[in-house]
Amino acid sequence: MTTLPGGVPAAVLPASQDSPLLDVTNLAVSFSLGSALIARMRNQAHVLHAVDGVDLSIARGEALALVGESGSGKSTLARALSGLQRPDRGEIRLDGKTLPARRSRADQRKIQMVFQDPYSSLNPRLTVGGILHELLRVHHIVPAAEIDSYTRELLRLVGLDEEAVHAYPRQFSGGQRQRVAIARALALRPELLVADEPVSALDVSVQATILNLLQDLRGELGLTLLLISHNLAVVRHLCDRVAVMYLGRIIEIAPTETLFASPRHPYTRGLLAAIPRLTFEPESDVPAVQGDPPSPLRIPAGCRFRTRCPIAQPICEEQDPALTESGSDPAHRAACHFAFADTAPPRATVTAIGATGPTGAGEEAKS
Amino acid sequence: MSAISLSPAAGSPESSPQAAGAERAQPRRHHWYRQPALMSGLVIIALILFAVIAAPLLTSYNPDTQNLNAILQGFSSHHLLGTDQEGRDVFSRLLYGGRVDLQVAFIAVLFPFVLGTVLGSIAGYFGGWIDILIMRLVDIVVAFPFFVLIIALVFVLGPGERSIYIAITLVGWVSYARIIRGEILVAKRQEYVLAAQSGGLSNLRIMGRHLLPNVITQAIIYAMSDIVQDILAIVTLSYLGLGIQPPTPDWGTMISDGQNFLTTHWQLTTIPGLAVVVTGLGLSLIGDGLADLLRPGQ
Amino acid sequence: MSQPLLQVSDLHVQIAGRRGIVRAVDGVSLEVPAGEALGLVGESGSGKSMTLRAILGLLPPEARITSGQVLLDGADLTQLGNSQLNKIRGPKIAMIFQEPMSALNPVMRVGSQIAEGPQIHLGLNRRQAAERALELMRRVGIPDPERRFRSFPHEFSGGMRQRVMIAMALSCEPSLILCDEPTTALDVTIQDQILRLLARLCRESGTSLVFVTHDLPVVAQVCHQLAVMYGGQIVERGGVEQVLTEPCHPYTLGLVRSAPDVDHPRSSLVPIPGSPPSLVSPPAGCRFHPRCKFAEEDCTVSQPPLRLIDAGRATACLHFERCLDELRTEGADR
Repeated sequence: MTTLPGGVPAAVLPASQDSPLLDVTNLAVSFSLGSALIARMRNQAHVLHAVDGVDLSIARGEALALVGESGSGKSTLARALSGLQRPDRGEIRLDGKTLPARRSRADQRKIQMVFQDPYSSLNPRLTVGGILHELLRVHHIVPAAEIDSYTRELLRLVGLDEEAVHAYPRQFSGGQRQRVAIARALALRPELLVADEPVSALDVSVQATILNLLQDLRGELGLTLLLISHNLAVVRHLCDRVAVMYLGRIIEIAPTETLFASPRHPYTRGLLAAIPRLTFEPESDVPAVQGDPPSPLRIPAGCRFRTRCPIAQPICEEQDPALTESGSDPAHRAACHFAFADTAPPRATVTAIGATGPTGAGEEAKS
Repeated sequence: MSAISLSPAAGSPESSPQAAGAERAQPRRHHWYRQPALMSGLVIIALILFAVIAAPLLTSYNPDTQNLNAILQGFSSHHLLGTDQEGRDVFSRLLYGGRVDLQVAFIAVLFPFVLGTVLGSIAGYFGGWIDILIMRLVDIVVAFPFFVLIIALVFVLGPGERSIYIAITLVGWVSYARIIRGEILVAKRQEYVLAAQSGGLSNLRIMGRHLLPNVITQAIIYAMSDIVQDILAIVTLSYLGLGIQPPTPDWGTMISDGQNFLTTHWQLTTIPGLAVVVTGLGLSLIGDGLADLLRPGQ
Repeated sequence: MSQPLLQVSDLHVQIAGRRGIVRAVDGVSLEVPAGEALGLVGESGSGKSMTLRAILGLLPPEARITSGQVLLDGADLTQLGNSQLNKIRGPKIAMIFQEPMSALNPVMRVGSQIAEGPQIHLGLNRRQAAERALELMRRVGIPDPERRFRSFPHEFSGGMRQRVMIAMALSCEPSLILCDEPTTALDVTIQDQILRLLARLCRESGTSLVFVTHDLPVVAQVCHQLAVMYGGQIVERGGVEQVLTEPCHPYTLGLVRSAPDVDHPRSSLVPIPGSPPSLVSPPAGCRFHPRCKFAEEDCTVSQPPLRLIDAGRATACLHFERCLDELRTEGADR
């Protein structure tokens, strides 16, 4: 296992189920919106529950993906874990130690984030060297005399010229800026790297360089990675386990290959089927997932996916399914009453609200 | 540190900064010396500043010296712009008066700038009750017309230079606070601010080192027009007898004194008036030029 | 063979930039027969959006068509003035944009926006146009159209707004619809719905499509033909499946291999080294050669033309067989 520049060993413990690096219980984050009165007039909730009770654990050295579409809460969850968003309730434990709502600088260091937009995630008025030096100085990562050489090592680690130290972000392309962002995140020697859609804003051919970089860094440094993405192809390429989110909850979680081989939640199935493939499909009018997602302010009672679900049953409206384990694989869990049923999933006996057939759409939704 | 083979290899075009293609690179900044507004403004102000600073070189007369034998004289080789009703040399009073007015104005704009920027930053960055509190204060001050409030304050505090500073500070900070607060509300959502927070940097450092340098340009541009407003305020106060007190020369007093002689000796009022206008013009041009130059996003 | 509906010949679009003349579109020729869908694929800076806008005459003020022809049903659009073009925009050609929120008028009701086209171009009166708008809203799958007719754009979700845009595009029954990255801003499941909708509508009404995107698999859902653009030029053309499974240009090969495939994970992705060419002073010879691992001497001398290598297949690479060889060895390794 290689060491980070400076001779300090990177994460050394092998992945172990007994001591996850990150352990999250019952996490919830909500935002209060505008006036309660107006919200009631519109028959909407006054509070937006972006993350609505999430349990999660990440083992040291593993790469976990958080997948979901807009409104799923994945970015909010990532920010809450990174200490940028205060959760309403729940516990975040890093290495066994509970992280308080207001993190100390030492704790803040341990989880670092790489952001989506390479054009706004670097301060335009500071040079690359300036950005890195400041962090190193404030946290006393290395003695002052070594800051310069450590910075250069970091840049080399992410594949950038040493000359980059003197350059301003505007002189770089999108891909290069993301490398700087990764260098910045690694500078503090975090235990966990959270990457929020790190390649979505980049051109296709450049995405590969950043994905390769992340893969190499994982291998060389034993980096623990939480990847937020809506792109399942990227996820399959990079991650060990995948958690699928819908409207603030994790609705399925499984090792990557298991999820792709046998998805159990109807939403996961729909998501996988909706991905465009390179081969020209025979004309089929029926989309993989019908309708629009409900507004997060009007979450359906019972199972939140039932309004778009092809196998919705009466029980789905009455009972909100919890994450249940598959009998054969405890690592595979799904929140659906019929996820691991032995018989084939039934056709919907209850018309999903608002669905009107092949071209139908669900409840009108304003996100 | 073991060599990690990463693609592309260091040294290739991809790893060096200038690899950005033509359509990705940002447009080059306009050379500031090619900006017509900025240049003309700078020239005007430079000339005025030179004139008032070099006053002792340009005139041998003392602005306060009265010469009751030579009152109300027109333009001549002795007195370039004539004399006023007390025999004082107008040109000399113009220059020395300019010194006073400009000095007071430049200093007077600094205090509201600093106070407004600080309060606006705090309001914008932290939000919550402190934001509400500061914005209510802004609302209260803004409810009064600028000049009315200034005049009232100076009246209460007693005329003179010190009162001018206090009054302008108490009234003028609100514009800066609003501007800076607005800019910060937007800027703090930028991901580099989140990155700084994620990096465990203190709020003070983030506000001072990361946010302010990116938003201060708007306040600076506003300050240019604010100086003009302050000059007008000072001149008005002096005109009303509440500002710079005689015998210190200043344009406002000159305008006020010369009023009575407008029909016979128009130059006594008009020339200092023109001086105010030209100075204001120069500063506004600088402000416009700066606004174009520092347009965000370049 | 009857004349194709749309025929673009040697189109050149230049933009007056601060550093010089930007050759945004540098000699693009394409054909779209009636009823067919052509995909125009490229990364940022390839000139694909500019090509689209040039067809419709919607270029930004600093850009202009310097040479070339755009023939729609035989008539050259580049020679028409704005008022004449306005008669064509709507009834003959329509466009769908990427960001529906900026393409829809926020203060005008959705139904009125859809009805506007037919009123102006087809001479329908208000009632008839409203009927038509309702019918269109049903066709594109907007639920409860009678009520939604009076809604404003901000009351709709992103996917619904795109449906509104599609309804507007279809409102005057154009023979050609230009799509500029219409699903890029949408979630995967919504994108799936919109792509299928578009494919179905075009099949049913026989409308031709030119579909611009940077996302290769997306193009495969909707289009029959594919043209790949790089540095303002078309570098490869052919049937969609053919081009994507057997690319005959190193750039296309690079695009295909650098993107992770959800069905076939690879151990590592092969990015395209280097960065896009300057459009002000492009490299001599083939524009892609500085980044191409198959580049030879003759690639630097002069620009290789787009030439036919098979029925309906064209490439601008002098050594395209290398791509096929590469694929074969890759296939053998697997």
